[in-house]
Amino acid sequence: MRYIRPLSIEDAVGELAKAVGPAAILAGGSDLLVRMKGGFIEPELIVDIKAIGGLADIAETADGFRIGAAVPCAVLGENKALRKAWPGVVEAANLIGSKQVQGRCTITGNLCNASPAADSVPALVAAAAQAVVAGPSGKRTIAVEAVPTGPGRTSLAKGEMIEAILLDKRPEHAGDAYLRFIPRTEMDIAVVSAGVNLTLDEKGAIKTARVALGAAAPTVLLVEEAGQVLIGSKLDEETLERLAKICAGACRPIDDKRGTIEFRRKVAGVLAQRAATTAYKRAGGK
Amino acid sequence: MAGIAVSTTINGDAVEYLCQPDETLLDVLRDRLGLTGAKEGCGTGDCGACSVIVDGRLVCSCLVLGAEAEGRKVETIEGMAHGDQLHPLQQKFLEHAALQCGICTPGFLIAAKDLLEKNPSPTEEEIRFGLAGNLCRCTGYDKIVRAVQDAANVMKGA
Ligand SMILES: Cc1cc2nc3c(=O)[nH]c(=O)nc-3n(C[C@H](O)[C@H](O)[C@H](O)COP(=O)(O)OP(=O)(O)OC[C@H]3O[C@@H](n4cnc5c(N)ncnc54)[C@H](O)[C@@H]3O)c2cc1C
Ligand code: FES
Ligand code: FES
Repeated sequence: MRYIRPLSIEDAVGELAKAVGPAAILAGGSDLLVRMKGGFIEPELIVDIKAIGGLADIAETADGFRIGAAVPCAVLGENKALRKAWPGVVEAANLIGSKQVQGRCTITGNLCNASPAADSVPALVAAAAQAVVAGPSGKRTIAVEAVPTGPGRTSLAKGEMIEAILLDKRPEHAGDAYLRFIPRTEMDIAVVSAGVNLTLDEKGAIKTARVALGAAAPTVLLVEEAGQVLIGSKLDEETLERLAKICAGACRPIDDKRGTIEFRRKVAGVLAQRAATTAYKRAGGK
Repeated sequence: MAGIAVSTTINGDAVEYLCQPDETLLDVLRDRLGLTGAKEGCGTGDCGACSVIVDGRLVCSCLVLGAEAEGRKVETIEGMAHGDQLHPLQQKFLEHAALQCGICTPGFLIAAKDLLEKNPSPTEEEIRFGLAGNLCRCTGYDKIVRAVQDAANVMKGA
């Protein structure tokens, strides 16, 4: 096995592209090292991306935020502007693991590990976040939901890596929220989760809405119909009921020791309602 | 096998070592440098017994590669006391009997030090959440929480 720490995206992508055996990108290592120790992967090349210039920064741009692929989640939580603009994304990222894990784990790693239960991903999908993908043939920007294709699988081609996650600038009257259900209070994997992102008009009616569910299908689910049903409403009882029903219906969960299909469906609806209520309040709705 | 040459700083001292690419920082500390304070409880990030601070961030050294320490500043439990002078947290862990077998203790002390540096007056809830990445099989946690609260009071007075 070889370990390298390239200083530029070009070098990283070049090394990944010409690697003969299995190659792995190392960000925080909180999934990668666990999988290596468990014998699930044996990379011949490890490309540590943390020394690449700019990757460890959160930049506020004219369009919003650019979160470098090497920024640990603890740093997201310490960024006031980001917390104010995207509280749901930040609360989701800060739910990952312990203080120790927070010091290392990244949202890009969370996305690329492609677990259906990844905590930051429903919040990112609800936020319509985008991923900047760098590869041997240049760069492209794709929706985050296009990255995971199934448990442990992504759409990234050989030689490609994500260099940053982009979040839009917030208009007035906007809010997002993320909630997960776990049987403990911390350090556990989501049984089911929901992220909601809303913008409101001047009168407090919902103008745009995105709802995403985690641990409810092989990949994080963007439930477009659930977003649609919220539009125009002020989150009255009836709308919330319909939201829960749509979310429960959209889930394709599995039965396992963490929860049954029936339980996951029910809780997905409840979490979507509660996340929507919090997002609405954060957007200034009453 | 030669290995990767790493230059780093550990508890304020410049340190150089050679390590294999798949060797963790915990392995390096314990097996190459003889710093056996950090313990391996699980090796998978769950127990916190291997906690160290790297560039001001609390991390599990079992989930950091030895090679990643290049150019960084690492703080381990061995650097916590000044000579014979225990850190207030160490003193309070003794006074409150916040340990039994002691395997988890170095990790708890490092995590508690990091917690109090970032939040000098944590509530009980903040302490319990802040130390959720550290598992203890013996104490039932209460004595640890009391020790951290008491140490926080002493440190604020100091
Ligand atoms: C104790 C513990 C508790 C945890 N708790 C949670 C939890 O509550 N919720 C949760 O969602 N997860 C949890 N996790 C899983 C893990 O911490 C997260 O998925 C984390 O966000 C992964 O980020 P990382 O930077 O550490 O990724 P890494 O381990 O560095 O990488 C993960 C995967 O993504 C790939 N990758 C990384 N960066 C890139 C990139 N820029 N481009 C392309 N591919 C890339 C890697 O090659 C690897 O396959 C936990 C893990 C541990 C050890
Ligand atoms: S040994 Fe590192 S967390 Fe348990
Ligand atoms: S004192 Fe034994 S594990 Fe904590």
